[in-house]
Amino acid sequence: MTPVVEVEHLEKRYGSFVAVEDVSFTVDAGEIFGILGPNGSGKTTTVECLQGLRRADGGRLSVLGHDPRREAERLRRRIGSQLQESALPERLKVSEALSFFSSLSPSGTDWETVMEQWGLAEKRSATFASLSGGQQQRLFVALALVNEPELVFLDEMTTGLDPASRRVAWDLIRRIRDGGATVILVTHFMDEAENLCDRIAVIDDKRVVAVDTPTGLIDTYAPDAVVAFSTDETDLTFLERLDEVDAVERSGRHVSVTGSGALLAMVAAELVGHGLAPTDLRVERADLEDVFLQLTTREQ
Amino acid sequence: MGTLARLSWLELKLFLREPLTVVFSLALPLIILFVLGGVFGNEPSRPGEQLVYRGVGAMDYYVPAYLSLVVASVCVMSIPTHLAGNRERGVLKRFHASSVGALAVAGAEVVVAFVLSTVSAVLLLVAAALVYDFDRPDSVLGVIGGFVFVTVGFAAFGILLGSVLPTARAAQAVGMVIWFVMLFLGGAGPPPEVLTGAMQTMLDLTPLWHAVKVMQDVWLGLDPGLSWLVFAGIAVVSATLGVYFFRWE
Ligand SMILES: Nc1ncnc2c1ncn2[C@@H]1O[C@H](COP(=O)(O)OP(=O)(O)O)[C@@H](O)[C@H]1O
Ligand SMILES: [Mg+2]
Repeated sequence: MTPVVEVEHLEKRYGSFVAVEDVSFTVDAGEIFGILGPNGSGKTTTVECLQGLRRADGGRLSVLGHDPRREAERLRRRIGSQLQESALPERLKVSEALSFFSSLSPSGTDWETVMEQWGLAEKRSATFASLSGGQQQRLFVALALVNEPELVFLDEMTTGLDPASRRVAWDLIRRIRDGGATVILVTHFMDEAENLCDRIAVIDDKRVVAVDTPTGLIDTYAPDAVVAFSTDETDLTFLERLDEVDAVERSGRHVSVTGSGALLAMVAAELVGHGLAPTDLRVERADLEDVFLQLTTREQ
Repeated sequence: MGTLARLSWLELKLFLREPLTVVFSLALPLIILFVLGGVFGNEPSRPGEQLVYRGVGAMDYYVPAYLSLVVASVCVMSIPTHLAGNRERGVLKRFHASSVGALAVAGAEVVVAFVLSTVSAVLLLVAAALVYDFDRPDSVLGVIGGFVFVTVGFAAFGILLGSVLPTARAAQAVGMVIWFVMLFLGGAGPPPEVLTGAMQTMLDLTPLWHAVKVMQDVWLGLDPGLSWLVFAGIAVVSATLGVYFFRWE
């Protein structure tokens, strides 16, 4: 199966300023593909080049079989865009916005259903300016879906949403994918990328530094786990002899064992074997945040 | 219904939701008629005086001139601010991402300008007919044709301003300056014959003066002069440069 998106060595400059230097990745059909990176790392520029909204200066791009530089018009009819920065006329009503953008599709679409799914039905007569930030954001996502796209770009879509709305949005994004569309999700939230994305491209300083599944990234870049417990036993050298263990640190009664692989199971077995059964034994596995810190070198 | 029609309809509805703008737009032709008319144009010209107003009565001169002036007001003050504001806020970018073409965006500005100009013009004519005595048009069809010509030409000029100027504030400021310059040096204020030297040169440079002459030619049944060509040239150049400078963001 040919990928939905193929990017090779994308490059984009604003004047003499290089915003994207070397970005390559492929996105398969039906994926939720994350683009994760610090602010200013070139995420928005990358996806706007893919949507044909900006002109790439170098590299090879193919989106749904179209070259965004030459076939932007045809491409845009097949994709949905939620832009990081855009607006609607202040006095435009929610229902008018949805019906107008829906009418741009040759077939016309069922915008009322999209409006309900995204919790905008009771705001249908409200003007854009009167909506809260979160409601405006949901309206933009709804507008991105109203042409029944095959590929949806969501650029920082949960920025401005409260935690409850974010969870709702995540469910809806999964539903977009379950409906058959491919999703490219730009975000700087680790938990969002980890929870939602099938695969993630980590961008730092204008280039892709890693592409993998969330667990793949963690296994590669932050394989360490930490097992922690409390004990009065002072001699723990038996733990240090385990292959899985890299280091044992203690401060007072609190012990933390750093290592990798099946660390928890081995440490637990060894402790029990030595007659120790701490009740607060727990493992702290690395998450995407640690991967991110590992990969993104820049000082914030 | 095509995108242009839909977008135009949307823009008209949005316009009607701005009460201040609506009131201003409706008041403007009356202000022009009664304030400007009061200052410059109430006196009928008497035989033996210096030849002013292209040799016709003051109100015969001013009524068609004011038609061009209301068109200029809409196109030079509203269109650029609206267009630049929509770009500045990211509305145009949103349209672009959803395949709304540049022609639809520009076309909707023209349609809205045409509707507003027509309403203003009708208001102005009705008010003028109630208060002043002036010649009826030589050819109603000619007047309508001239009005459409002037509106489309000025709308192109307004779109050029809206494309070149980066922000709504800049567009508003520049639009105002151009409008006031045209008001005083464009033939719809002081009669052109009293303008001397540099002011006379300015007169020939203002798009308004050529639009004024176009409307007067059709209204008064004068021989069409060079102004038609000049104004068409301004329109074509504006449209071309407007396309060149048009930006979505
Ligand atoms: N239109 C523009 N003109 C000039 N510089 C820009 C423009 N858009 C973005 N940039 C710069 O390009 C870099 C990448 O921006 P962006 O793609 O928005 O990053 P991200 O989405 O990862 O935060 C930033 O340094 C930003 O300031
Ligand atoms: Mg961004």
